[in-house]
Amino acid sequence: MASTIVAFELGGREVEVMVKPMTTLQSALRDQLGFTATKEGCRQGGCGSCTVLVNDEPMLSCLLPVEDVAGQRVTTLESLTPTQGLHPLQQAFLDANAFQCGYCTPGMTMLAQALLDHNPAPDRGDITQALTGNICRCTGYGPIVRAIEVAAQAMHAGEEGQPR
Amino acid sequence: MSPDLNVVGNSVGRSDGIGHVTGRTRYTADRSFPGMLHLKMVRSPLHHARIRGIDLSAAERVPGFVRALTARDVPHNCYTILGLIGVEPEEEFVLAEDRVRFKGEAIVAIVAETEAAALEAVSKVQLDLEELPAVFDVEEALEPGAPIVTHWGNNTFMFEGHPCRRVRLGDVEQAFQQADYIVEGVYNTSPIEHAPLETTGCIAVPEANGRYTVYTNTQALYFSLDNTAIILQVPGSQLHFVGGTVGGGFGGKVDVIVEPIATLAAMKTNRPVRYTYSRAEEMQVSSTRSAWRIYVKDGVTRDGHIIARKVTSYADSGAYSRQTPYALTKHAANAAGPYAIPNVAIDAYCVYTNRQPTSAMRGFGVTMASFALEVQMDKIAEKVGADPWTIRFINAYHDGDMKPHRKLVEDATLIETMQAAATRVGHELPDVFRSMTSAPRDAGHDGGRS
Ligand code: FES
Ligand code: FES
Repeated sequence: MASTIVAFELGGREVEVMVKPMTTLQSALRDQLGFTATKEGCRQGGCGSCTVLVNDEPMLSCLLPVEDVAGQRVTTLESLTPTQGLHPLQQAFLDANAFQCGYCTPGMTMLAQALLDHNPAPDRGDITQALTGNICRCTGYGPIVRAIEVAAQAMHAGEEGQPR
Repeated sequence: MSPDLNVVGNSVGRSDGIGHVTGRTRYTADRSFPGMLHLKMVRSPLHHARIRGIDLSAAERVPGFVRALTARDVPHNCYTILGLIGVEPEEEFVLAEDRVRFKGEAIVAIVAETEAAALEAVSKVQLDLEELPAVFDVEEALEPGAPIVTHWGNNTFMFEGHPCRRVRLGDVEQAFQQADYIVEGVYNTSPIEHAPLETTGCIAVPEANGRYTVYTNTQALYFSLDNTAIILQVPGSQLHFVGGTVGGGFGGKVDVIVEPIATLAAMKTNRPVRYTYSRAEEMQVSSTRSAWRIYVKDGVTRDGHIIARKVTSYADSGAYSRQTPYALTKHAANAAGPYAIPNVAIDAYCVYTNRQPTSAMRGFGVTMASFALEVQMDKIAEKVGADPWTIRFINAYHDGDMKPHRKLVEDATLIETMQAAATRVGHELPDVFRSMTSAPRDAGHDGGRS
């Protein structure tokens, strides 16, 4: 099977990867580009730990052939992190201790970012509904939901924290 | 006050918090090394079988295949994780020799240039297996004529020469005669998989100075290092284990399963080797909490005092015991519950079956005792026509009481915990229970127990 070159935008930067057919975006990010914030809890679409944004929509990168993101805009937790300090979602997760082992945190954060892009003032039901595909085996979901609520308020309040 | 003595009473941020929220925390599988090989395992498709032959020829022709490892390549192939603390006999095989004892048992390790090549080569290994009868129930495993799982001829772990862990206090049979009621129950629990979000794994890297650096997500770093040294018959100083960041464990990452074979592969190939479980392996091959069957027989007086408790427990250890004998010992020490009972007999068996091996999980043998005993306490309450709170308060431990395994109770808190729980749920307690304390009985607080 011949490899092909796929170009896409990753965190505002053009990247190219050479991949065999059916290589996943998850594998391209982690194994070729060294972007390991995107996790691999199951590699079969069951846990949400590999969630990234493609054109601001949340996607499971373990199920997405990298060819499908050719020319698209991919956002991972690496590019959510500002040059200085933390993104309001990151700050809220930190303040709420919304993790124990932290392995689900990248997927949760990317999913929350997509939720707040679409719905800047979600209620609890909206948040829990959005999180149904993302598993946390450690913390329980309470602190995660609270962190997203706090982040939504922070992003609403200050111009600096406004979603893009 | 010195400025650095300001931690107590304050909330302190976690040192790994920034790493977690930015994705910069490096978990084991986030590391990569030039020339890194991938290890995948050929596993038994049967619960119990004799291995008649292994044909590697088709696997060796897969492009990217580097080498295969079988039992013959492992210097000290039969080991026991708890051997480090003197537990015998050695019983578990790093790679199966003449027999497989559970579905998923490791038989051949395949090392290849890519994960895909390793998986393809695994699929090409031909196993010649003769299926043997298997046993999946703890009591069936103890019947005469049951298939024997172990290599020493019976299906129980031996505790200092006895087939079970035994605890005795007073005389239960005599006390049963004096009891107004006998209350019996049998309690079964299922195996539980820890299902950490990050699967078990490690990467073993040969260093220029002849040592091996092993990056691992184990919960038991030095246990893993020492067992690896024993299995590979190398001095511990040749191994450098790097751990500390675990993507969820819950007791599921205390077994020494991936490190020895990955390190051996790194030795044989002189290249970094990664061995990480797939999600399916994590669920179907890694240790679980044991399934338990617990029989409880209590002798109770008309007013609800338990005067005799007999517990017979069977933990399904699966094919190998790993940390389960230790769980049994903790279980036996706690199987009468946090209650002052003058006559106790406990027999706790660690039974081998052809199921997935079991090991540590939160609570470690005690959780299952609590489940059985607290359901039993409710049954007693129903039998004597008393409130479930009453039954627990009048039987609760006080400081200075003697536990069945001859340890004096210290720092008892059951009474205070129940009082706090009652307050939280808005349950009115009678004054006698509201004012009760766990203080020693001879201090004048006899807790309503006459
Ligand atoms: S790794 Fe993609 S959903 Fe679990
Ligand atoms: S913090 Fe461990 S899985 Fe969520």
